[in-house]
Amino acid sequence: MGVLVGKNSKVIVQGFTGGEGTFHATQMIEYGTNVVGGVTPGKGGTTHLDRPVFNTVKDAVDKAGADVSIIFVPAPFAADAIMEAADAGIKVIICITEGIPVKDMIYAKEYIKARACRLIGPNCPGVITAGEAKVGIMPGFVFKQGRIGIVSKSGTLTYEAADQVAKAGLGVSTAIGIGGDPIIGTPTKDAVELLMNDPDTDAIVMIGEIGGSYEADAARWIKANGNKKPVVGFIAGQTAPKGRTMGHAGAIVGGAEDTAQAKMAIMRECGIHVVDSPAAIGKTMAEVLKSVTA
Amino acid sequence: MNIHEYQGKSILKSFGVAIQEGIVADTPEQAVEAAKELKTKYNSDWVVVKAQIHAGGRGKGGGVKLAKNLDEVKEKATAIIGMQLITPQTSAAGKRVNKVLIAQDVYYPGASPTKEFYMSILLNRSTGRNIIMYSTEGGMDIEEVAEKTPHLIWKEEIDPKVGLRDFQCRKVAFNLGLSGNAFKEMTKFVAALYKAYESTDSAMFEINPVLKTSDDKIIAVDAKVTLEDNALYRHKDLEGLRDITEEDPTEVEAKAAELNYVKLDGNVGCMVNGAGLAMATMDIIKLSGGEPANFLDVGGTANAERVEKAFRIILKDKNVKAILVNIFGGIVRCDRVAQGIVDAYNNMGSINVPIIVRLQGTNAEAAKKLIDESGLKVYSAIQLQEAADLVKKLVVN
Repeated sequence: MGVLVGKNSKVIVQGFTGGEGTFHATQMIEYGTNVVGGVTPGKGGTTHLDRPVFNTVKDAVDKAGADVSIIFVPAPFAADAIMEAADAGIKVIICITEGIPVKDMIYAKEYIKARACRLIGPNCPGVITAGEAKVGIMPGFVFKQGRIGIVSKSGTLTYEAADQVAKAGLGVSTAIGIGGDPIIGTPTKDAVELLMNDPDTDAIVMIGEIGGSYEADAARWIKANGNKKPVVGFIAGQTAPKGRTMGHAGAIVGGAEDTAQAKMAIMRECGIHVVDSPAAIGKTMAEVLKSVTA
Repeated sequence: MNIHEYQGKSILKSFGVAIQEGIVADTPEQAVEAAKELKTKYNSDWVVVKAQIHAGGRGKGGGVKLAKNLDEVKEKATAIIGMQLITPQTSAAGKRVNKVLIAQDVYYPGASPTKEFYMSILLNRSTGRNIIMYSTEGGMDIEEVAEKTPHLIWKEEIDPKVGLRDFQCRKVAFNLGLSGNAFKEMTKFVAALYKAYESTDSAMFEINPVLKTSDDKIIAVDAKVTLEDNALYRHKDLEGLRDITEEDPTEVEAKAAELNYVKLDGNVGCMVNGAGLAMATMDIIKLSGGEPANFLDVGGTANAERVEKAFRIILKDKNVKAILVNIFGGIVRCDRVAQGIVDAYNNMGSINVPIIVRLQGTNAEAAKKLIDESGLKVYSAIQLQEAADLVKKLVVN
């Protein structure tokens, strides 16, 4: 079952006929995701990958019943695409696009607040519920079906975690790539909360990085909520210098509070099993689960 | 993108923000001419000679000097231009000063005492809105103020639906303890400053100090302006303000090759796909006893050409004693990446440092075989821990 996306999701692709959209839509369809069509303004009425193309998201909702959208629209137009999806009544909007100007996202975030939808990303790998639906750019085979939820700001580090979880004899319920931008729709805490409330998730891997306070906020929430499920945590960027942007626009140490060390200390205080090494995520999860059941 | 003080001030001025006026100079002679011009405009012999580098704390390093006559202007400009300026925000080697700003003296005596404030505009990441942060404790390091007297820092959040409102500008001026003409000037200053920030798609403004002069003007004495890289496409005029002499030459070259590279001080280079995994790889180098020499995200297409370019960039750093390549092949197949590494290696002739290649994901076994049978001096690994152990074995011992 998992959260956000599943076998009953009706997915559309915004930026369907472009290079990225075509490539990843094909991969998603091969995985078994229920892709019901796509949106490319001006190409409505045609078909692409044997699926209908619509001019607007509204048309896709009305005619194909779409409730999940994945966005591959280029950065200058992506915030607009998010708002269009929200306005049309899409419930889960997943924005892959990297490089959206912060000002555009300030407006987009404000706009979607008043509408009943959830935004994942931008600048994220997407969401996968193992064995049911892949709405993202991740390699599907890495995510073995199981009962571990993953929340992460980063793409390849999510795959790394999923792979280690599988090597440890476990599997993934839903992996949520929340994105590495300064403004994202679903911060760590919200994603963790979804998985805490998911009956198909037994434990959570929470991967963060330098910059911002999302991980600390999530850790405090986990503690306040009674540490209902075990959480294994890792923060990338323990060796990152202050004041430099490390790839992700949001990955920058501003003050003492947003270093990896500060976040790890808060997470430990809140009862999260924090690993220093990214190679120890899977192993630690297996040990933690063993000690819980013992 | 960071820009110089003189460039930041010129942007501010174009939006109606009052600034400490000045003229930029490349040579001591130009500095003297600039001082003469300022004298005719402001009727004072005194000027401030300010080193233009992309780092704060310039005064502490001797990069900001008061000059009371033209001889002193020449003397001080001569000393500052060409110097290696070391500040708390530069590396130990400091930064070379190529330009100075000859600025008017704004601390002249008058009817009321001068007063320095702090003001910055930036994104509050928790709420996804911009804030104006300000303090009565100007001219000091704001992190120190936050630690010692946090009650003297205020924040004003801007609602994107309506923008900055007049009452908010008044609140700033009241909290800063101003009255009369200075109060009015401050409300104008805040409104103009925010307009400049919004219109230029900036990522941060830091004005420290904002000065109330002895005749109740409110002016920006310094300006640290950071423009947002992702929004530069709609500000072609601002793109030209980039000063590549302020950046690491290898980073400039990497950027031109569309590689995301940040130079660090360690001895183990790394090449990784994905920013999060790249940071995690740096961390694992450190945990293995090495020190990361760089951050490098090669992105999704790790083909021979990009891999070679990345190798060349990493190897420009003479401190590099080994290179760890860490690729999680998802949609990119590992055997293709491995072939890219072998081809790049062969194209480059010989690489004199050991290379550890960790390829995991699609076709990882085939990739390892390809590397192992290539006959090159390359160590292969599949698990992340194996790669970490190799770093330990090859670098630390």
